[in-house]
Amino acid sequence: MTTQGPNPAETAAGSTAVAEPAEDAKRGNGKKNGKSALSEGKRAERRLAWLLCAPAVIVMVAVTAWPIIYSLWLSLQRYDLRFPDDTEFVGLDNYVAVLSSGYWWTAFGVTLAITVVSVAIELVLGMVLALVMHRALVGRGLVRTVSLIPYGIVTVVAAFSWYFAWDQVYGYFTGPDDAPLTQTIPSLLIIVLAEVWKTTPFMALLLMAGLALVPDDLLKAAAMDGANAWQRFTKVMLPVMKPAILVALLFRTLDAFRIFDNIFVLTKGQNDTSSVSMITYNNLIKGLNLGIGATMSVLIFISVAIIAFVFIKLFGTAAPGSDTEGRR
Amino acid sequence: MAEIVLDKVSKRYPDGALAVSEVSIDIADGEFIILVGPSGCGKSTTLNMVAGLEDISSGELRIDGERVNEKAPKDRDIAMVFQSYALYPHMSVRENMAFPLRLAKVDDATVNRKVNEAAEILDLTAHLDRKPANLSGGQRQRVAMGRAIVRNPKAFLMDEPLSNLDAKLRVQMRTSVSKLQKQLGTTTLYVTHDQTEAMTLGDRVVVLRGGHVQQIGSPQHLYDNPANLFVAGFIGSPSMNFFPGQIAEGSVRSPLGTVPLPDRLKDAVQAGSGQRDVIVGIRPEHFEDASLMDDASRERGGLVTVKVDVLESMGSDAYAHFTVEQSEAIESAELAELAADSGRTDTGSDTGFTARLSAATTARAGEPIELWFDTDKLQLFDPSSGKNLVSVE
Ligand SMILES: Nc1ncnc2c1ncn2[C@@H]1O[C@H](COP(=O)(O)OP(=O)(O)O)[C@@H](O)[C@H]1O
Ligand SMILES: [Mg+2]
Repeated sequence: MTTQGPNPAETAAGSTAVAEPAEDAKRGNGKKNGKSALSEGKRAERRLAWLLCAPAVIVMVAVTAWPIIYSLWLSLQRYDLRFPDDTEFVGLDNYVAVLSSGYWWTAFGVTLAITVVSVAIELVLGMVLALVMHRALVGRGLVRTVSLIPYGIVTVVAAFSWYFAWDQVYGYFTGPDDAPLTQTIPSLLIIVLAEVWKTTPFMALLLMAGLALVPDDLLKAAAMDGANAWQRFTKVMLPVMKPAILVALLFRTLDAFRIFDNIFVLTKGQNDTSSVSMITYNNLIKGLNLGIGATMSVLIFISVAIIAFVFIKLFGTAAPGSDTEGRR
Repeated sequence: MAEIVLDKVSKRYPDGALAVSEVSIDIADGEFIILVGPSGCGKSTTLNMVAGLEDISSGELRIDGERVNEKAPKDRDIAMVFQSYALYPHMSVRENMAFPLRLAKVDDATVNRKVNEAAEILDLTAHLDRKPANLSGGQRQRVAMGRAIVRNPKAFLMDEPLSNLDAKLRVQMRTSVSKLQKQLGTTTLYVTHDQTEAMTLGDRVVVLRGGHVQQIGSPQHLYDNPANLFVAGFIGSPSMNFFPGQIAEGSVRSPLGTVPLPDRLKDAVQAGSGQRDVIVGIRPEHFEDASLMDDASRERGGLVTVKVDVLESMGSDAYAHFTVEQSEAIESAELAELAADSGRTDTGSDTGFTARLSAATTARAGEPIELWFDTDKLQLFDPSSGKNLVSVE
C-alpha cells in the first residue's frame, strides 16, 4: 500500500500538469506567426529554432498530448476492466453520471476548501518567512536552508510523520480517547496543516524572488514621504511585487487542487475527506472503472485549466517566462 | 524652511567601515549646499543620516536647533530626491506626487490643488495620468522633484538627482533645479560627484574625501583658495596642473622655469628660511599663448617653452596638452586618488599637462610653443601634507 501510494498521485499530477507546457508552446507559435515581412536571415534563424525545438516537441506530444487525448476518448466510453466485454461508446453519459453524483461534489467541495484555506495560510506565512529571509542580516544562507527542509522531504514521508503525530494509537499529540483523524473537520484541518507545513517554504522562495524586485530606494522614498512600516509594506511593497505574488498563488493553487498524498496517508479519504484526485484514483485504479476514472481526470483537467485562465486573464498574472513578466 | 546643523557627525557601518568622520556643516535657512567628492567618499551616507535613513553613530544633527538624531524620517519633515528617482511604478504621476500628502491625511481638494500647482511649476500637467514607466528620463526626474515639493518640506535632500540624465538634459535640468530652489527658498542639501554641478549650483560647496570634510566655501572661494591638493585638483575643469618645485630666495623653481614669488605668496612662504620643496599648482586657464600677449602683460608672468602633444580646439578656445622636460612625477596620495577617480590612470595619460589658450593660438600638435603663465595665480602646496602654503579661510 505505502509503496504504491505515490505512483497514482504522480500520474494524476502528470496528466494535468501537462497543460502548461503545451499551452506555452502554442502561445509562442502564435506570436512568431504574428509578424509577416521577414528577412531571409530571420527566416533561416526561425527554421533553425524550430528544428532545435522539434525533439522536445515530439517528446512532449508523445508523453503529454497523447495521454490527454486517450483519457478524453476513454471518458466517452463505458469501460470497466471487470467487465471488459461490456465496453461501449456512451457519449457524455459518464459525465452525467459523475456530475450528478454526490460523491463527486463532496470531493470537489473538500478539494476547494483545502485549496483556498491552505493557499491563504501559505501566502501569509510565506510572506512572513520571505521577509525574514530577505531582511536577515546574519546567517541568511542558514535561515534559507533550514526553512527549506520541509519542502525537501518527500510528501508521503512527511504525511506519515503527521499521521503518527495525530493517530489515535501512536499519536504523540493525541490521547487514547482522542481520534481526530476519524472526524471530518479535524481531519481536514490536519490535512491543511500538513500541506501548509510542507509547501510554505516553496511559497516563501517564490515570494522572496518577488521581494528582490522591490528596489531599496523605493522603500526609502516611501519612508521619506512619511509612510510607516505597515504603509510601506501595503502601499509600496505589495503592489510592486504583485506579479510575483500572483505567480506564486497560481502555482500553489494548481498544486493544492490536485492534493493526493497527504489525504491518502492521513485518512485514506474516509469520513468525507476525499479530494477529487483521491476519488479519481479510487475509481480508476481500485475500481478499475476506466470510463468513470477518465471522466473524472478530464474534469480535474478542466478545473485546473479554469483556475489558470482566471489567474492569467482576470488577475493579469504574467505567465513565467513571458515577456511581460517583471515589466513595470 | 529650516536651519540644519551637522555637529561632528560620524558614521561607522556595522562592518566596521568608517564612512563619514566628524563632519560639521552649518546650513543656513534657505541655503543651497552641495556635497561633492569622488565616489565612495561618504556623500550619500551623510545625506542618508540627515534624512534619517541611516543611524548617526556619533555627533549630533539639529534641525532648527532641535536634536533629531533619534527621529524617524517621516517625523523630520524632509523630502528626498533619489538618483534612481524611486518613483512608485504602480502609481500614476498624479498619485506619485500626491502620495506624501495622502499619507499626511490631507483632504482631497488640497491634494488636488497642490499636485496641480507642482505639476504647473514642473511642466508636468500633460503627463499627470501617465505611469512613470512611460515617461522620459527628464520627465521622471521632474516627477521625483514634484513629489518632493508638493508638501513644502523643511528641506530638500537630493542624491545625485541628475546623474542618470544625458549630458544636454543634465545642463538644462541643472538650471531648472537652481531656479526652483531660488523660487521656493527651501534649504537644500545636494549631493553630486560632478564638480561642474557643484560649482554652478551651490551657494556653498562642501568637498569630502574619504569621509572627511576637506573644505567648505563658496564655489569661487574654493576655486581661488583651495585648502589642499585634493580640493585644488577636484575643483575646476580641466583640472589644475601640478609640478614639483622648490622655493628659495623669493623665487619658485619648477619645470616651468624660475619665477619670482608673487607678493601674495611671499609672506606666507618666507617663514621657513632656506630652500624647501613644494608642489606648484597652476590652472589651465592661467596659461596663454605668449605670442598673443602684449609686452606689458607679459611682464607680469613667466614664460616657458613646451612641446604640444595634442591640441583640442573647442571653438571658443583651445586646449593644448603638453609635456615638460625634466618633470618627475609627484608622489601624492591625494593626486593619485583624483587621478583614479577621473579615470586618468586607466587611460594612461597621467603625465600630461593642459593649458587653455585663446582660439587664435598658433600652437600646432607636435611643435614647441612658448607659453605665458600668470604667476599671480600660482598655488603652492606642501608636498608631505598636501596643504596649501597660503591658508585663507
Ligand atoms: N551599507 C553599508 N555597509 C557598509 N559600508 C557601506 C555601506 N554603504 C556604504 N558603505 C561604504 O561607505 C563609504 C561611503 O559610501 P557612500 O556614502 O555611498 O559614498 P558616495 O555616495 O560618496 O559615493 C563607501 O566606502 C562604502 O563602501
Ligand atoms: Mg552615492
